[in-house]
Amino acid sequence: MISARNLTKKFGDVAAVDGISFEVRAGESFGLLGPNGAGKSTTMRMIGGVSRRSSGELAIMGLDPDRYGPEVRAHLGVVPQQDNLDEELRVRDNLIVYGRYFGLPHSYLRPKADELLEFAQLTDKAKSKIDALSGGMKRRLTIARSLINEPRMLLLDEPTTGLDPQARHILWDRLFRLKESGVTLILTTHYMDEAEQLCDRLIVVDKGRIMAEGSPAALIREHSTREVLELRFGSERNASVAAELAGIGERQETLPDRVLIYADDGEAALEQVSARGLRPLTTLVRRSSLEDVFLRLTGRSLID
Amino acid sequence: MTRTWQPADAAAAGRQRAGLRPPLDPLQSAARARRFGSLYYLEHWLRAMRGYGWTVALTAVGTPLVYLFGLGVGLAALVDANTSAAASLGSGRPVPYLVFVAPALLATAAIMVATDENTYPVMSGFKWRRTYYGPNASPLSSHQLVNGHCLGVLCRLLLTTGLYFLFLLPAGAVLEASGWMMILTSALGGLAFGLPVMAYAARIEEDKGQFALVQRFIVMPLFLFSGTYFPLEAMPLVVRWIGWISPLWHSTELGRVLSYGQAEPAWLTAVHLGYLALLAVAGWLAARRIYARRLGK
Amino acid sequence: MSQRTITGPGRAAAAPVPSRRPLASLYAGNVRAVVGRGLRATWSSNWAIMASGFVEPVLYLVAMGIGLGSLIGTVQGPGGEQIGYASYIAPALLAVSAMNGAVYDSTWNVFFKLNFARLYEGMLNTSLGPLDVALGEILLALLRGALYATGFTAVMGVMGLITTPWALLMIPAAVLIAFGFASFGMGITSYMKTFQQMDWITFLMLPMFLFSATFYPLSVYPEPIQRLIQALPLWHGVELLRQLNAGVFNAATAIHVLYYVVMILLGLLLTTGRLRKLFLS
Ligand SMILES: Nc1ncnc2c1ncn2[C@@H]1O[C@H](COP(=O)(O)OP(=O)(O)O)[C@@H](O)[C@H]1O
Ligand SMILES: [Mg+2]
Repeated sequence: MISARNLTKKFGDVAAVDGISFEVRAGESFGLLGPNGAGKSTTMRMIGGVSRRSSGELAIMGLDPDRYGPEVRAHLGVVPQQDNLDEELRVRDNLIVYGRYFGLPHSYLRPKADELLEFAQLTDKAKSKIDALSGGMKRRLTIARSLINEPRMLLLDEPTTGLDPQARHILWDRLFRLKESGVTLILTTHYMDEAEQLCDRLIVVDKGRIMAEGSPAALIREHSTREVLELRFGSERNASVAAELAGIGERQETLPDRVLIYADDGEAALEQVSARGLRPLTTLVRRSSLEDVFLRLTGRSLID
Repeated sequence: MTRTWQPADAAAAGRQRAGLRPPLDPLQSAARARRFGSLYYLEHWLRAMRGYGWTVALTAVGTPLVYLFGLGVGLAALVDANTSAAASLGSGRPVPYLVFVAPALLATAAIMVATDENTYPVMSGFKWRRTYYGPNASPLSSHQLVNGHCLGVLCRLLLTTGLYFLFLLPAGAVLEASGWMMILTSALGGLAFGLPVMAYAARIEEDKGQFALVQRFIVMPLFLFSGTYFPLEAMPLVVRWIGWISPLWHSTELGRVLSYGQAEPAWLTAVHLGYLALLAVAGWLAARRIYARRLGK
Repeated sequence: MSQRTITGPGRAAAAPVPSRRPLASLYAGNVRAVVGRGLRATWSSNWAIMASGFVEPVLYLVAMGIGLGSLIGTVQGPGGEQIGYASYIAPALLAVSAMNGAVYDSTWNVFFKLNFARLYEGMLNTSLGPLDVALGEILLALLRGALYATGFTAVMGVMGLITTPWALLMIPAAVLIAFGFASFGMGITSYMKTFQQMDWITFLMLPMFLFSATFYPLSVYPEPIQRLIQALPLWHGVELLRQLNAGVFNAATAIHVLYYVVMILLGLLLTTGRLRKLFLS
């Protein structure tokens, strides 16, 4: 459905997106995972046909968005990073007016708006002003709006950033349903849990480049160990203790607030630490995550 | 262009999702948007205007009443009491002050409305409310947003000038049958000022009170030095040029020709029209470029 | 009065028992902090905008005085003598600009801070009371008004429109006018909820501006309308300044001044009441 080859976007001399290539297949749920400023939004805007690429090739449904902007955009539903609902209109009118931009008739849009409000659990807010909605409701309304033309492909730029945990779970549930109904999802996030939950396949991007590609499980298998041991010695000591830990596990990372030891068996690693007479303030054994993959690939954490 | 969307896909997707199916496929949608996109955006514009309908109605009805009563009755009594002054109005044919000032009031009202609609609403489309970014992600193009907005402004202008004209008639402020055309020419005057302002507003990245400055250093002087309340000739030559470049002066003078047949060479009338049209088109073209650049970043 | 149990350390030491002053819950006697913030904010914000507030009435004076003056010639002044049209409208324009400045500062500015910037919420989390905030804002508006009035009077002098030293009294009188509008404006703004409602204030001021004997004498109107206009504040301001500019004083002068004193008192009463309701209930 999407194919990008050497896709590049420059702002002045800075390459926000620096020659990335990927394919997205129909029905797939595809993610872009990366920290702030990685170039995720810029990529999404190019796919969405609102930002012209500087070089490279891009085809959405076989169409070049720079030439066939209206056609490409008619295929898509877009949820931008920043909500841009129409605050001059009421909740339900937001859906109807947006549908008009697709040339759809009122006879279709009126019942469709009600159906989507139901889907977004906003039926009782139909007549509210946008101001009166919470952050999570606005996000759900934006998603409902993006579905007004029943797109087969949905672009979601950081769909849950800034939402509280409960609102995130409601949203994830709605996205799952869309995925089940066969809609292709393309989403960006800097939350590894979101990427693990929602994405079949993802690319890890940093500074406009692709660092790795694959399913969440495959990426973890490839770039990390099964388990991770987290040790905290207090912010003063973490760095100095690191030397004394040498040799335990496959690999170690020293962060300002903790030391990570990568090992297939975390408990065993912990015993080794104790055996060396080291007494961390807290310890934690957990499974490896995409966060660890990112750390491995870039030496930095996803959220700074 | 390759056709990628097949009816078979719709059937497949339809089986999985119970929801309503749109009556148009994406390519049909896009074709419609290419044809009628400007009108779709106009539709949005008019719907949004309903939200502040009271303000629109109040300005459209209240402004003419207040100005006619204040200037047409009050100031006119003072000016007309001075007979020699009345004779100096309306070059060639002495007219009452009310008749002299009416086209100016109409032209001013149009420019005020055009300024209102093209300052904060345009800037907030890019900045606070970001209203342009939603439609920009739909099949509409940035040019169609510009066109739709211009059409919306034109609608409101015609509403304003049309109503104003209706108030002028019973006040006896219009002498010639051709006077009704002022509805159109003052609306054109509004666009001549409003569209360049629109282009400017679309360029503003950060609100530092630029519009207060536009209001005070551009609109206000134009309003005072454009031969509105007194003939331009009453001003010393050093400031008369303000009138010559001011769309308000051109719009007012056109109105005076239409409303009471102010004597004026035909070429000058043509200059008025041409100048207003030129400003409007230049503003429109500039706005299209700026919108495309800013929305397509 | 129980809201005031938490006070700053200095205060608590000096007055362990909560003060029994009647306005203690509203007023901490610290207007200076509010004015200080305002001056700082003005200082760092756009100077051109500050300056433009001065330019506007001057442009009016030049355009109308010369342009309309050429059509009208002379008009009867407050002492009964004929005066030039520019001399006639200049004091009126000063009164109008005092009104506009005060109304802007006490409505739009306050409305924005109240509803959007949440500035007052922050201020009221300190030891400041709502009345400190209100008086501070009004005082700022008056400072600015005094500055503009001085500038405008100087321009009048340069244009040869000032003929008596009494005219200098126009500056404090303009501040009085501004005070009247500002104290009321703030109270009224506290009722406003949307931008549209704010537009209505602007719209109500337009007829007052045009009709209050600013550009032509009241005598052009029929008796009942004259009475109505004479009940409105701007007319009193215009007449007061006109009298001062001509150095003519009579019983009417006292009435004009008294009108504003009463207006200020009522306005402060209204504003304080509203602030108490908004912030302390
Ligand atoms: N309109 C723009 N003009 C200039 N630079 C931009 C613009 N948009 C994004 N950038 C820059 O491009 C880089 C990538 O930004 P973005 O795509 O928003 O990253 P992400 O969405 O991954 O956080 C950033 O360094 C950002 O500053
Ligand atoms: Mg982003």
